[in-house]
Amino acid sequence: MSILRKQIGDFTRLRYKRRKALSLWMTFVLGLAAVAASASLLAVFSYVVLRGAPELTLSFFMNLPKPVGEPGGGMLNAFVGSLLMVLLASAIGIPWGIATGMYLSEYGRGRFAFCVRFCAEMLSSVPSIVIGLFVYVLIVKPMQRFSGIAGAFALTLIMVPLIARNTEELLKLVPQHIREAGLALGVPRWKVTLWIVLRGSLSGVMTGVILGIARISGETAPLLFTALNNRFLSLAPDQPMASLPVQIYTYAISPFEDWNRQAWSGAFVLILFVFVLNIMTRAIFKPGLGRVRD
Amino acid sequence: MIKTPKRKDVRRADRIFFWSLRVLAGLVILALVSMGLFLFDASELAIHKTGFFSFVLSSDWDPVRDVYGALPVIYGTFVSSLLSLAIAFPLSVGIALFLNEIAPANLARVVGFLIEMLAAIPSVIFGLWGIFVLVPWLRVHVQPFFIQKLGFLPVFQGPAYGVGMFSAGLILSLMILPTISSLAREVFAAIPRTQRESALALGATRWEMIKIAVLKSSKGGLFAAMMLGLGRALGETMAVTMVIGNRAQIVSSLFAPAQTMASVVANEYAEATSDIHLSALALVGFLLFAVTFITSGLARVLIGRVK
Repeated sequence: MSILRKQIGDFTRLRYKRRKALSLWMTFVLGLAAVAASASLLAVFSYVVLRGAPELTLSFFMNLPKPVGEPGGGMLNAFVGSLLMVLLASAIGIPWGIATGMYLSEYGRGRFAFCVRFCAEMLSSVPSIVIGLFVYVLIVKPMQRFSGIAGAFALTLIMVPLIARNTEELLKLVPQHIREAGLALGVPRWKVTLWIVLRGSLSGVMTGVILGIARISGETAPLLFTALNNRFLSLAPDQPMASLPVQIYTYAISPFEDWNRQAWSGAFVLILFVFVLNIMTRAIFKPGLGRVRD
Repeated sequence: MIKTPKRKDVRRADRIFFWSLRVLAGLVILALVSMGLFLFDASELAIHKTGFFSFVLSSDWDPVRDVYGALPVIYGTFVSSLLSLAIAFPLSVGIALFLNEIAPANLARVVGFLIEMLAAIPSVIFGLWGIFVLVPWLRVHVQPFFIQKLGFLPVFQGPAYGVGMFSAGLILSLMILPTISSLAREVFAAIPRTQRESALALGATRWEMIKIAVLKSSKGGLFAAMMLGLGRALGETMAVTMVIGNRAQIVSSLFAPAQTMASVVANEYAEATSDIHLSALALVGFLLFAVTFITSGLARVLIGRVK
C-alpha cells in the first residue's frame, strides 16, 4: 500500500516537474518571438542609419539631382515636393477628417452614420496602390497630366479615415454631462461641439493628425502614377512633382551605386522624420488611448 | 450690454453646422463608392476584350503581345500573403502573449514601443532594406542551405535568385506583424483577470494558464486579427515590388521570382501605353479592391462581434 502511494507520489512529482519545465520552455519561446521582432526593427533601423547617415551632407538637401557620375547631387526637388504635397493633403484632409469624426461622435446614431463609419473603415483598408489607381482615373486622366494635386488628393484619401476614426474615438470619451452642462448654459450646440468637446480632447485629436501626417509622408504607391516624379524644382501643383518616397524607390532600383547611396540617405531622413513625429505624439498624449492602429 | 443672439439664429447656425459635418462625412461614402465604380469603369475594355473569367483564369500575362491573364498575379498575391501569415501569425501571437502575460510592465512598454515603431517604417524603406540587405543575405546564406537540405521538396527547388516569393513573404511578415500583434494584445487584454487567476488557483502552470484561460477564449479575436493581417498583406505594394523579382509566372518554387496584383500595377501602370494594358491593370486593381474589401470587411465584422 505504502509502496503504491510512494509510486503515485513520485509520478505526480515527476509530472509536475515536466509541466513546470514545459511552462518554462514556452516562456522562453514566447520571449524569443518578442526578441525576434525587436531585433528585426533594430536591423532595419540600424542599416538605414549606418548606410544613410555618413553620406548625409548639406548639399544633399540643397542640390537638385545631377546626371549619373557627377558628384554632389541632392534631393532638393524631392524634399520640396513631399513638403508641398503633404501640406496640401493636410490642408484638405485634416478638416475633412476631423469633421467626419465629429459627425460620427456627436450625431452618429442613424443608418447614414453607420454607412459613414463602415466606409471610413473600409477606406482605411483599401491598398494605397488602389487609391493611386482611382486618383489616376479621377484626376490624372481628365487633366491629361500627372500633377502634384493628384498626388496630394491620393494622400488625402489615405489620411481622412485615420483622422476620422481617431477623432470619433476620442470625442466619445468626453462624458455626456459636459455637453449637457454647456447646453444648459445656453451655449449653442455647434459651439459646444467645437469649443468644449473638440477643445477638450484636442491633444488626442492632434495625436491622430500627427500620426496621419507621418503615415502619408512615407507613402509611395499612391504617388507613382499620380504625382509621378520631377527632376527639377517645381512649385506648380498642376505639374508632375517629385517626392521623397518615390525618389528613394527610383534610386533604390536603379543600377547606379551613387544613386543607391543617395537612396539610403533619403531613407535615413524619411525614417527620422517619421519616428520623430511618432515619438512626439507620445509626448503630447499618454500612450494607450485612442492611438491609430493601422 | 451683451447682445443675446436670437433663438432663430442659434437654430440656423446649428443647422448649418450639422449639415456641413454631414456633407463632409457623406463625402467619405462617396469616395469609397466612386472608387469601386471608377475602377470598374476603367477596366471595362479589358473585360470586354478578354472576358472576365478568361481574364482571371488565363495564366499568360504578356504586355508585349497585349495578352493579359491575371492568374499568375492572383496566385502570387495569395501565396506571398499566406506565406507571410504563416510566419507572422504565430510570431505575433507569441509576442502578444509575452507582452501581456509574462513580461514585466517596463519591459512590455519598451518592446511594445519597438513594435509600434516597426509599424511606422514606410514600406519603401522596407523595400530598400530588402534589396540591399535581406535579399543578398538570403541568396548567399539561407536559400542554398534550404536547397541543399530540403531540395527534394518542390517548394525549395531551383536556383537561389534571392529575389522572389520567399523574400517577399519574409518582408511582408515583418510588415503585418505589428498589426496582428497589437490586435491580439487587445483581445488578450479584454479577458477578465479572474479567469487567469482561477486557472492558476487550480494548479495550472503559467503555460497551462495561457492555454486554458487566454488562448481558448480568444480564438475568434485571433482569427479576426489574422484576417486583418491578411488584408494588409494582400495590398502591400512597395516592399513587395522591390523584392519579388517581378515576373508573372506560376512555379512551385518559393525561391523563384513572382509577381503580385499590387506589384504588377506599381510596375507597369506608369509605363503602360496601350489602352488595353491600362485597362487590364485597372481590372487587376479592381480585383484587389474587391478582395481586400471582403477580407477586411470580414475582419471588422468579427472584431465587432468579439468586442
